[in-house]
Amino acid sequence: MVTELLETPMKHTISVLVENRPGVLARTAGLFSRRGFNIDSLTVSTTEDPHTSRMTIVVDGPAAILEQIGKQLYKLVDVIKVMDHTEDHIVSRELALVKVHAADSVKRAELMQIVDIFRAKIVDLGDKTIIIEATGASDKIDALERLLEGYGIKEMVRSGRVVLVRGSRTT
Amino acid sequence: MTSTTAPPRAAVRMSGAQALVEGLLHEGVEFVFGYPGGVLLPLYDVLYAAPIRHILVRHEQGAAHAADGYARATGKVGVCIATSGPGATNLVTGIATAYMDSIPLVAITGQVTTGAIGKDSFQEADITGITLPITKHNYLVKDPAEIPHVVQEAFYIARTGRPGPVLIDFPKDMATATIEVDWEDVQIRLRGYRPTVKGNTKMIRRALEEILRAQRPVLYVGGGIIRANAAPELTYLARALGIPVTATLMGKGAFPETDALYLGVPGMHGTAYANYALDAADLIICIGARFDDRVTGDVSRFAPNARIVHVDVDPAEVGKVMHADVPVVGDAKHVLVELLAELAESGERARDLAAWHAQIAGWKAAHPLKWSTDSRSACASQCGRAERPARCGATACTGGKGTLKPPAIISAIWTATGGKAIVATDVGQHQMWAMQYYLVDDPHHFVSSSGLGTMGFGLPAAIGAQFGNPEHEVWCITGDGSIQMNIQELATAVIHRLPIKIALMDNGFLGMVRQWQKMFYDMRYSQVGLNVGTPDFVKLAEAYGAVGLRVLDDAEVPAAIAEARRVTDRPVLIDFVCEMEDDVLPMIPAGQSVADMILE
Ligand SMILES: Cc1ncc(C[n+]2csc(CCOP(=O)(O)OP(=O)(O)O)c2C)c(N)n1
Ligand SMILES: [Mg+2]
Repeated sequence: MVTELLETPMKHTISVLVENRPGVLARTAGLFSRRGFNIDSLTVSTTEDPHTSRMTIVVDGPAAILEQIGKQLYKLVDVIKVMDHTEDHIVSRELALVKVHAADSVKRAELMQIVDIFRAKIVDLGDKTIIIEATGASDKIDALERLLEGYGIKEMVRSGRVVLVRGSRTT
Repeated sequence: MTSTTAPPRAAVRMSGAQALVEGLLHEGVEFVFGYPGGVLLPLYDVLYAAPIRHILVRHEQGAAHAADGYARATGKVGVCIATSGPGATNLVTGIATAYMDSIPLVAITGQVTTGAIGKDSFQEADITGITLPITKHNYLVKDPAEIPHVVQEAFYIARTGRPGPVLIDFPKDMATATIEVDWEDVQIRLRGYRPTVKGNTKMIRRALEEILRAQRPVLYVGGGIIRANAAPELTYLARALGIPVTATLMGKGAFPETDALYLGVPGMHGTAYANYALDAADLIICIGARFDDRVTGDVSRFAPNARIVHVDVDPAEVGKVMHADVPVVGDAKHVLVELLAELAESGERARDLAAWHAQIAGWKAAHPLKWSTDSRSACASQCGRAERPARCGATACTGGKGTLKPPAIISAIWTATGGKAIVATDVGQHQMWAMQYYLVDDPHHFVSSSGLGTMGFGLPAAIGAQFGNPEHEVWCITGDGSIQMNIQELATAVIHRLPIKIALMDNGFLGMVRQWQKMFYDMRYSQVGLNVGTPDFVKLAEAYGAVGLRVLDDAEVPAAIAEARRVTDRPVLIDFVCEMEDDVLPMIPAGQSVADMILE
């Protein structure tokens, strides 16, 4: 039973603090493909320290694989710190921009309501389409996406996940 | 700290190329193996007068393998240099070879000027991109002020922690730039690189408890012992507690192979008794080895009864293949020293292992290493076609080649040299026979491409080993396939009067591949015959200015070895004309287990 749990793939969010140097993204992403680890999403950004970047990576896999990922990442000279947030209290956000068909005024009104409920925003209002901006945890964005599908999504883009640990602990 | 008496800092102006070479000198580099080219002109101009010996090889792959052989046989960092584009890509096989075996290497490649990078310039290759997965780290120098730091960091990374190759890509305009260098100011700035040296004391104590409790313990050790210079501590531990030792191909020499506690190499072509011992063990103490698939075969059936203590400097190795009951991350020497101190302090004595020793002695007696002695008569037609046996159905055909047995030859070399030579091998059957029959008692004496299995490694690696150990006898045990992959380095050996002895196991086949075709593909010998088109190796050796000898008869083997050993001013190639279809045994077929071991 325990081993079964261990072997069950699940999504993990990891933060990887890296030296802000050229090639560091290629090194990290290359490691994942080389060792056969699957990346769900990957976000890179600068941090409060200009010499350091943070990668937030969502990976799919059992605990044993995750441990290997962490150890392999640490072998990269440019990797400073790796944190698995599976057990942490974190604030987790994704951003989505969704362009929806909205020529019909009744539908438009309905869409505005949905936007309200999801605390999203309308950031572009065209003749035939509107663009909705939403931020939130993945499941919230997923739910919004499902609802909007009924109105006809013309195009959509979603960012990778970014997270910070709650409270005074560092991520 | 302020001090009025401190001498003024000595910042010196120099070119980037000079800074690179001074950096090498600061690291104590004696030899570099290289090959020049356009973008390296400024660097080679500095090397012209520098107090560093540059060895001009005949192919960049030879430079990488020579630097690797030098590192393996001395424990120092090997250095190779190649120009941009094709020079750099020619290093790739050598870098990958060093990476797989954790060998400290610094590879310096020329690069087009920074402004020309990314424009498909003449002889441009993205060598940092290409070598990303086969280097421990690599650098593309884009700021000349970085050069001194980069050189120092590269050597530091290459030799510390789990060693490995580091590449420095060096654009031409970095070489010609002028910079101020104060060597006192040069620092290693690696926040993300802190190898664990000291093992966790609690874990070391637990390891000791396991060791003292075990009834059937086996020390399974690898190249990590040799890289960490931990052979004396390992030997002390094994002898103090009477624990049998099996060492991998990379670990040969970590423990005296002539010791009664030694089991030989484990795995696919290891000894039957090493594999039986691992199979029956109740504790495996793995130090600096990595449960490679050539050792374990089917992991799920490997060492089913054993608890595992795994000591490695690389945390990623611990638990990668086998679950470790006691994981110890640290340098093998540090961990062993602490373990021995704990052992001394505990005053504990090992369990009586007599029953275990008796069991092993039984296996050794029942299944010793042996080679087939049946001599096959040559086919009367002497057609020399390697494909012939499968076509004519005469499975005992020797194809008109010789009758010598490589294991017998290697044993004779071992006897003649007292097992004291440094032996570099190529890859194939001859490598496995060298592993089985050339027993070494000291670290840094057996040089073989293990993880990557690179044919063509042997001769250049022997050259590197000989440069690093000028007084030592160096042998290269090679095959008729492998030697032709870097034969051009005979020139390098002749020019430098290196008295390397090349023992060529000339069997007219890519023997190891042929063996698999015989065993698993119904003797359909597809593209493995070498008899047709193979040069006369004796004449070839002579053409390069080396000594060439040919041996056809068993009785001539010792005399030829003795003759080769008398030559001190040039390489000697001995063409041992061997039986074509000998097989390396025992063998555990790939992915199988000890129960499937083929003994006869
Ligand atoms: C560069 C390279 N190419 C191909 C192989 C696959 N391979 C492994 S052993 C072998 C045959 C080696 O032949 P030879 O050097 O004559 O040695 P023998 O097995 O006959 O002793 C081959 C082709 C390899 N290991 N390395
Ligand atoms: Mg051969």
